Amino acid sequence: MTMNLAKEEQGDMPEPQPAGGVAKMTARDVRVFYGAKEALHGVDCDIMENEVLALIGPSGCGKSTFLRCLNRMNDTIDVARVEGTITLDGRDIYHRSLDVVQLRARVGMVFQKPNPFPKSIYDNIAYGPRIHGLVGHKDELDGIVQSSLERAGLWEEVKDRLAEPGTGLSGGQQQRLCIARCVAVSPEVILMDEPCSALDPIATAHIEELIDELRENYTIVIVTHNMQQAARVSQKTAFFHLGDLVEHNNTEQIFTNPRDDRTQGYITGRYG
Amino acid sequence: MNVFLIIAIFLVFSAFAYRKGTQKALATAGRDGVAVLHSRPGYYGTYLALWCGLPAVLVLGLWMVLEPLIVQQVVIGSLPDDVRALGGDDFNLILTTIQILARGGPQPSNVQPYMVDAAARINDLAAIGRWAMFAVMLSVAIFGFAYAQRLIAPSLRARNRVEQVIKYLLIICSCVAIFTTIGIVLSVLFESLHFFSMVPPQDFFFHTVWDPGFPREDADNAANDFGLVPLLWGTIFISFIAMMVAGPIGLLAAVYLSEYARGQVRAVAKPLLEILAGIPTVVYGFFALVTVGPALRDFGLTVGLDIQASSALTAGLVMGIMIIPFVSSLSDDIISQVPRSLRDGSYGLGATRSETIKKVVFPAALPGIVGGLLLAVSRAFGETMIVVMAVGAAANLTANPFESVTTVTVMIVKQLTGDTEFGSPQTLVAFALGLTLFVITLCLNIIALYVVRKYREQYE
Repeated sequence: MTMNLAKEEQGDMPEPQPAGGVAKMTARDVRVFYGAKEALHGVDCDIMENEVLALIGPSGCGKSTFLRCLNRMNDTIDVARVEGTITLDGRDIYHRSLDVVQLRARVGMVFQKPNPFPKSIYDNIAYGPRIHGLVGHKDELDGIVQSSLERAGLWEEVKDRLAEPGTGLSGGQQQRLCIARCVAVSPEVILMDEPCSALDPIATAHIEELIDELRENYTIVIVTHNMQQAARVSQKTAFFHLGDLVEHNNTEQIFTNPRDDRTQGYITGRYG
Repeated sequence: MNVFLIIAIFLVFSAFAYRKGTQKALATAGRDGVAVLHSRPGYYGTYLALWCGLPAVLVLGLWMVLEPLIVQQVVIGSLPDDVRALGGDDFNLILTTIQILARGGPQPSNVQPYMVDAAARINDLAAIGRWAMFAVMLSVAIFGFAYAQRLIAPSLRARNRVEQVIKYLLIICSCVAIFTTIGIVLSVLFESLHFFSMVPPQDFFFHTVWDPGFPREDADNAANDFGLVPLLWGTIFISFIAMMVAGPIGLLAAVYLSEYARGQVRAVAKPLLEILAGIPTVVYGFFALVTVGPALRDFGLTVGLDIQASSALTAGLVMGIMIIPFVSSLSDDIISQVPRSLRDGSYGLGATRSETIKKVVFPAALPGIVGGLLLAVSRAFGETMIVVMAVGAAANLTANPFESVTTVTVMIVKQLTGDTEFGSPQTLVAFALGLTLFVITLCLNIIALYVVRKYREQYE
């Protein structure tokens, strides 16, 4: 029932597309099962190029599950099964002809807890370019490391200690390192799973600025528990509830004039 | 009066004291109820029971240690003067004979009448001693009971006292292991020093020939060779072959188990591998002796190699198989400890599973794996049964794995068993060998534990 409701509403409303927007990724009737339990009940969603889409909703609503479908991170969980269609530039990412490794190079991911590898800062950034064979020689790699760190706003802080371990940085710096590491592979889409939940407000503000800058070159999907954050950084917002995509619209619309009672209830703090 | 009977009696007595103590505590609390008691009623009972039982047990222990000494002195005093005038070994032999008579064992030869008298005396004294001990224990227990019972009042901090006693009990238990180790080390050390007083250390540590020969009465021990080098070389050589087998196989098995195996496979395969570790090493030795050795020799014949049945290769191979579960189980634990977030991070960048293992998981787990391998090496060094059965006693200094070598442990067994005289260097060399082995494995273990701990700190 809820699913149909969500669909009808989406059908009713004007398509949340800016003029000239192109759907970078589309999801159609995406269902995820963990064992016998259905965690996502058929989600339809378009992700526009060079926009930030925020996924909000109470804990356990399926927003992280949906995010992990977008670069097939659910494949690493034995009991998880994904149904439905997800496309990237019109190609089905679950199709057999598409290699998951290539997909993840195009759709990068930043995790909730900063997870730098126990290697030097330089090697952390160089990891992706090296495995994908993106670089011919050392100078090129140096260039990628520097530009990635610059994009993540970390270059000035770490340029003199690239050989030190990435795990020695502060939490906020570690998370920016992880973003830089992701950017170094030149993905087209960046998925962020509550990237600021382990960070203090200043580090959070830093990351939010960064997301806004990254939008010029990348399409970003961010899961967040923080509604102010969603309002600040995103152009589109999708509200999930109990495994359904309840409402998906322009962020401004969602936060000022939600169509669904549940969305209204969540953003005004009645539950969640 | 049997000691076990005495202990049983005092257990019953303590149980009685426990009941009494609990009741007394409840009675003193009176109508105010248990709330006025400092501790729960049971603690008062335990407190009283401890006062009853512990001093009695202490008396028992002391008595058991001191009684034989005192009895011996008394009996010696009663022996005829001419016997007492004897000194040294003859006198000790007489004392031993008397003790055997007293115990009623098989009749020794050369029994004199005065010995029979003395034996009877020992038995009389022991019987009296038992009753005296029981009486002392009983009075101590009754005194303790009476004393502690008077102390029981709601304000008595019974729980704290009982817990204090329990704490000391725990300390004693942990000391047993530590003191035993220290004792063993010291005894090995002193026997080794004894050995080094007969054979100079440089001859032991740097001589390259091992030929201890047999102890002789004329005792010109300098003619014998106690060179450690061939034995140590054999040990290192066989351990090296074993690690060449166990290291790669164990590690790859661990990688499969922790990274590739599905839940059900892992649930079956991991315990199965660990069962391998439960096979007694003597079974492996048997396997080496009967199956692997001859098979290797036959294989050597077909390809034109001269492989001895008791070659270093045989022992190394079988020992390697023995160590595989040790390596794989330790490495599997350590690889599993690498946080999932690191793997996700790598997958999220588009790395394949093998890239993730090679470039992220393995480097992160490496210090721990090295520690695990060092522990395995120290096991291989100390392994005895397989080499005793699978390799000969030929102390060759060779780098040819098809030839026979021997190890430190094999020689310890060989020198200590058999009926050579204990004080001879041929026997005492076993202690020096043992000490050397102990120091080497201790160092390996310390390094390994240090490395493992250092790795753990990284992720916790």
